[in-house]
This record gives sequence, C-alpha cells and structure tokens, in this order.
Amino acid sequence: MTPFIFTRLAQSVLVLFIMSLLVFGGVNLVGDPVEMLINPEADQAEVERVIRELGLDRPVTEQYWYFLVNAFKGDLGDSFIFGEPALKLIIQRMPATLELALFSLFVSLVIAIPLGIYAGYKPESKTSKIIMGGSILGFSMPTFWVGIIFIMIFAVHLGWLPSTGRGEIGTFLGINSSLFTLNGLSHVFLPALNLALFKISSVIRLTRAGTREIILQDYITFARSKGLSEKRIVLVHILKNILIPIVTVVGLEFGSLIAFSTVTETVFAWPGMGKLIIDSIYNLDRPVIVAYLMIIVTFFVFLNLIVDILYTFLDPRVRIKGDSE
Amino acid sequence: MNPKIKKIKEFWKDFSSNKVAVVSLIVFMLVLFVAVFAPLVSPTDPYDLNTVSIMNSRLAPFSEDFSGNYFLLGTDGAGRDMVSAIFYGLRVSLGVGVLSGIFALIIGSFFGISAAFFGGKYESVVMRIVDIQLSFPSILVALIILAAFGKGVEKTIIALILVQWAYYARTARSSALVELNKEYVDAARCLAFSNTRIMFKHILPNCMAPLIVVGTLQTAHAISLEATLSFLGLGLPITEPSLGLLIGNGFEYMYSGDYWISIFPGVALLITVASINLVGDHLRDMFNPRLH
Repeated sequence: MTPFIFTRLAQSVLVLFIMSLLVFGGVNLVGDPVEMLINPEADQAEVERVIRELGLDRPVTEQYWYFLVNAFKGDLGDSFIFGEPALKLIIQRMPATLELALFSLFVSLVIAIPLGIYAGYKPESKTSKIIMGGSILGFSMPTFWVGIIFIMIFAVHLGWLPSTGRGEIGTFLGINSSLFTLNGLSHVFLPALNLALFKISSVIRLTRAGTREIILQDYITFARSKGLSEKRIVLVHILKNILIPIVTVVGLEFGSLIAFSTVTETVFAWPGMGKLIIDSIYNLDRPVIVAYLMIIVTFFVFLNLIVDILYTFLDPRVRIKGDSE
Repeated sequence: MNPKIKKIKEFWKDFSSNKVAVVSLIVFMLVLFVAVFAPLVSPTDPYDLNTVSIMNSRLAPFSEDFSGNYFLLGTDGAGRDMVSAIFYGLRVSLGVGVLSGIFALIIGSFFGISAAFFGGKYESVVMRIVDIQLSFPSILVALIILAAFGKGVEKTIIALILVQWAYYARTARSSALVELNKEYVDAARCLAFSNTRIMFKHILPNCMAPLIVVGTLQTAHAISLEATLSFLGLGLPITEPSLGLLIGNGFEYMYSGDYWISIFPGVALLITVASINLVGDHLRDMFNPRLH
C-alpha cells in the first residue's frame, strides 16, 4: 500500500518535471517577445535594457533554473503584458472558469440523466432511437461551431440572451459569482449549455447503459412483483442505483470541462483562465503561458494521484497489483 | 472462389445490414472524393487572386455577381466562393486528420504490440506513459504542444499524433495479449522466426480489426480537434485554410448577420465527422464479440 502510493507520488513529480522542461523549453524556443513588446522606434540601447530587465539575456538553462527555484516559492514570473504576477492573473480568472464549468456540469446532468434513463428503459422506442442518434450527433458536432450557432440564434436573431462577458456579479455567503444575479445567469446560460454539449452526449450513453443493466437485476423484478408502480421503480430503484456511478465518473471528468472551457470562453468572450491562455499565446506572453500550463498540469496530475489512491482504498485488487509491481 | 474475395463479401453482407452505416459510408466517400479532387470539382480556385474579387465580398447564398458568376453558398469577406473554399478546406482538414491518424496508428501499434510481446519493465513503462497521457484531455495535450512550440502544419500534425497514439497503443496491446496465447504464435516461435517477423507479420494482421475501429473514431476526433485548434488560431496557418479556419473567419461577420460564412463550413465539418463516427460505431458493433 505505502510503496504503491510512494511510486505514484514519484511518478507524479517526474511527470511535472518533464512537463516543466517541455513547456519552458518549448516556449523559450519560439518567437521573440521583445519584438512584440517594444515600440518599433526604440533604439538598440532601449531594446537591450528591456532584454536585460526580462532576464532574456541569460542562457536558457539559467532561466530555467531561476524559473524552477521561483516556482517553488510560488512565483511563476511576471506577465510581459500586464506587468503583474502570472499566478495572480490566473487566480483572478479562475472563479469565472470554475463557475462556468460547474454550471455546465449541472446543466448536463439535468438534461442527460432523464434522457438516458428513458433510452435505457424503452430501448426499442422511436424516441430512444432519436435520443441515441442525437448523442452521436452531439459527439460529432464541433463545440466551437455550436457556440457560434447559439450566438447567431439566441443573441443575434432572437436577442434573448447576451453572448459576451460574465454579466453582473452577485455575492452570496461571501462568494462572488455571476450565478447569483439574474443578469449573470442570463450571461452564463449559453456558454454553459455549449460547454455541456459534449458531456450531455457521453452522460446519455452512460446512463442508458447503466439503466439497461439495472433493469435486468433481481431487485427490479422483485419490485415489479410487489406491485410497485413503474413511476416509483424508475424514480427510486433505477435512478438511485444509477446516480452513484454516474456522479463518480462525471466528477472525475470535471477536469476535462475546465480544459475544454478554453474553446467556449474564446467563443463567448468569457473572462476566465481559458481565454487568458489563448490571449497570452497570441501575445507571446511567455510567463502566463508557462504558468497556466504548469498550473493545469499540476491540477490534473494531483487529481489522478488522488483518484489512484482512493481506488487502492476502495478496491483491494488494485492494492495487490500495486504491491507486486 | 478466392477466399479473400469471399471474406470481403461476407464482411460487406454484415456491414450492409445497417442502413445508416451504409448511407454514412456513401456520404464519406463523396466527401473524400470532393477533398481529393477539390481543384477539379470546385467552381473556382478560391486562392487564385486573379479570379477572386473583393467586389464580391460577403454576397448572400444563391446570388450572382455582375459578370454572371453564380455563388450557391455565397462568398466570404474576401469575395471567395464559399463552395470552393469549403472544398479546398475539406482537403486540408481531411489530409491533416488522416495523415496524423496513419502515423499515430503506426507508432501506437508498434509500441502496443512490442509491449505485449516483450512484457516486463518495458511493458510497464510504455503502458504507464499511455495511462498518464490518457489521463489528460486531448485538447490539453494539443494545447501544451502548440502553446509551447507555436503553430504550423507539422506542429499540428505532431500534436494530433501525440493525442492519438496512446489509444492505438492501448488497443494494440490488449488484442496482442490475446493473440500471444494462440497456437500460431507458438508455431512461429518453433520455426525460429525473428521477433520482428512474429510481431508484425503474424500478430499485427490479427489485431487489425479493433485497430481499424479505433482508427475511424480517432480520425473523426482528430479532424474535429484540428478544426477547434485552427479556429482558436493555434493550429494550421492562414496559408493552409482548413474548415476550422473558415469558420473562424466567418465568426467576425456573425454579429452583422452574415451567417453563411461560418455556418456552411461547419455543416461540411459536421457531415464529415458524423459520417466517419457512424461508420466507426457500426464497425465497433460488428467486431464486438460480446454482441454476437
């Protein structure tokens, strides 16, 4: 058990180290940020001053070493564009991304679970076939394009919902979020639905597969023979048993919503970290690019580490296999 | 009858039992035809500056210009015929998607089969890398590569290969593990064939069915991912206008109501990806032993 956790921890650290090399090395080999930052009429002395100020005159290995040392102190460098610490910029934008991801998770569960149960409960009906066909379509539709169509229909043509920004921000229990004002909710709805689209397709398939399995179980037959109404069987016996695995899987995949929010945030000009990274790539704002990638990679590595460790507690087979490794 | 022809006939009989899959295959063949022969089937060359006129900028679908040229799907901001731009875009999108898929298939099945064959430390290291990579969402892997190394055709293809190879490796390993227990492998070993020969002449052909299933679904995914990356301005450069880039170009005109510049390339993308997915879905059902 302990050696298993230890090897996994060592692996996580190794992955982070390789990522930092890859990201830092890559970013520093591409483009010339000085050219973008400096007034084109600046003279040579001015150019050299800026290069020195940014530390770009040092060898890459030395820059990398400073980057590592500072990263351990929680300093991922200052943005070239904003002149503020990159970490601070990202943390400022994190709540917007989290609220978008959380809301879209909620939207996808609310839409997908009923549809999935229906498709699994009556697999041969026309509606179920339409639902399943729709889920393949959902898999195939490029998220950004659907976002554009949403904007066209709901914002440009019908004018029902706004298509850019985060709207008014309310405070509830000390948390600032646009989920707490009506105006904010109207802003978050379209991007969240857009981000949820992919999840909806996969949760429908998951729920349907689960329902089809559960329906064959003895306790459902027993419930029917007791004379319980179908409504009660679906709402209590099926729903309850299906919810646990689905919530687990979807919860574990929460990270992918954050990764995919880069696309949705760009389409809807949502002021989150995803939009920040895309803007920073355009502007060659190296510290922000490196900081964002390192933060999100760290997030994923530790999420997986925690999941792995939890599994060793929950599933003894993993433990045995891990120890023999 | 030649046993190969018989096998193909049997396969087709099986495949054609699903009408949706047959229609999807026909649609995909059409898309492929258009993509391969884009310069021949396009009404105009959208990137020939002599024929494109800025005077025709943003014409609505079904409109004509002063010299009588007809634009079925309208024109974009630079006055290019949308039909032609989409045909050329399909060529780029499919080219990048299929090319990266083939490379990923080769790399992935090499590592997957050799991991199963040699086992031991080598296998655990390879499969650990696969597991770690698959724990990251595909868009994040692509974002890391393109953000760190910049955009471009080769870099996009490399990013797409990196995103996909792990799926092939995992599939190749699991089917190779099954094949390794079969007698023909023992027979080949008794004949003292080289390891390379056993792995790639004997085991690989028997792992092809699941690899093809993964291949179709992954290629659809790669095409869609490339479009996303190009839309974000991180994938292909403007000199190689894929469907994603066309959609991105149209996005700025969306607010003024010129919907066709973004919508039609997106429809083309959707048709391509959906037809591949539907064919792949049916292939998966066909090759899945549990359903028979």
